[in-house]
Amino acid sequence: MKELKIPLIKSGTVIDHIAAGNAVKVLRILGIPKTHSSTVSVAINVRSRLGKKDIVKVENREIDPYEVNKIALIAPKATINIIRDYEVAEKHKVELPDEIVGITHCSNPTCISNYNEPVESRFIVLSKDPPRIKCHYCEREPEDIAERII
Amino acid sequence: MSIFSWIKKFIKLLLYLFILIRMNFRGRDIISIKDLSKEEINFILDYSKKMVSYAKGEGYTEKLKGKVLSSLFFEPSTRTRLSFESAMNRLGGRVIGFADPTATSQKKGESLSDTIRMADSYSDVIVIRHPQEGAARLAAEFADAPILNAGDGAGRHPTQCLLDLFTIISEKKKIEKQKVVLLGDLKYGRTVHSLAYALSLYGADLTFVSPETLKMPKEVVNECKELGTEPSSTSNLEKAIKDADVLYATRIQKERFPDAEEYNRVVGTYKIDNYLLKNANDNLIVMHPLPRVTEIDPEVDRTPHALYFKQAFNGVPVRMALLSLVTGGMI
Repeated sequence: MKELKIPLIKSGTVIDHIAAGNAVKVLRILGIPKTHSSTVSVAINVRSRLGKKDIVKVENREIDPYEVNKIALIAPKATINIIRDYEVAEKHKVELPDEIVGITHCSNPTCISNYNEPVESRFIVLSKDPPRIKCHYCEREPEDIAERII
Repeated sequence: MSIFSWIKKFIKLLLYLFILIRMNFRGRDIISIKDLSKEEINFILDYSKKMVSYAKGEGYTEKLKGKVLSSLFFEPSTRTRLSFESAMNRLGGRVIGFADPTATSQKKGESLSDTIRMADSYSDVIVIRHPQEGAARLAAEFADAPILNAGDGAGRHPTQCLLDLFTIISEKKKIEKQKVVLLGDLKYGRTVHSLAYALSLYGADLTFVSPETLKMPKEVVNECKELGTEPSSTSNLEKAIKDADVLYATRIQKERFPDAEEYNRVVGTYKIDNYLLKNANDNLIVMHPLPRVTEIDPEVDRTPHALYFKQAFNGVPVRMALLSLVTGGMI
């Protein structure tokens, strides 16, 4: 019998098909472990038919669409499986929306959105895969998106 | 006048009205040159020609009488501010505003959005220059009055771009296939970013000349490529201008450098003088958004190549055209 490297979970979320090496960034985007006390399992460089991938299993937490958008910025091919009673109850592919509001800071230190103004950061999505976004205000493309997640 | 010329005039007027309705400039913000289609840019440039005699004071109009312009300059400016204010006055409108933000509530910590809300309630059109990139876009979100971006940090400067295009078309009759050399601070220089995009839109042949540390940002180069232009880059100015039609020089901007040492390393790298221009085409025009510091020797001013002062004047008719279009006071 094939042994599972990380165990099945009773309820929660499984994020599959994360590009190899990006699982830690996904955890950071989800605010784990800061915002989460249940068990989180991470598998890095898991062999699959399509090459290596990372998997994250978060117990007792169903990721909502707002958070999914955040993940799509760095893991555009990821799938989100909502697990209830050991079964896959919902399955979603992450997809970048056309516009991203309030999720990531602009990396340009002289962009007006980084000053004391009553606006949320706003990015126009130039390309969904690979993800490329442009600041609505200064029109720059941020260098490391994951580092700027709010 | 014969019946045919009346019909011709009538058709021309109808066509003009049709284009105008399609363009719908009234109330529009001009934040980036990219907000305008090529058709719209052509219309603005064409309409600017009509403004030249008024800009020179040869004609008189009160088309914007009763309208107020807020001129908000959070950064120093000579040409942009004065030409906007001259443009509004030439159109019969009035100007309020400031050229020194330290004399405003910004000094007390007021946000830009609050300042814009105030200016919006006091005026019909707002011109803003600000050191932060994206400031004009943000201002447009807080004002009902049209916002004209007069430069936002190292970002965009669409009205400068339009007057540059107007200058090239006035001198060369076309932009397509013109060999244009952009020289100097291509990294921080906002005028060259907008201009490289617009020249690519028109199919000009572009060469970028700059010190290694001040090269054109990759985003701008990519935009040019997406528009079908393949700009070349070099640090050899002499070679680049050999068969050029336009040499567009920019100042190395001390105020944009995070590090004074980096500035000292590159300032004075290029100098345009009569010796250099000996190798150039007779019909090469030298443009510069000004102010210049050391990059153009004053001896060039007396040559037919020097076009920068005429270029600076062109700011008035082009800005008159924009003010007139966005406030709906067309001549």
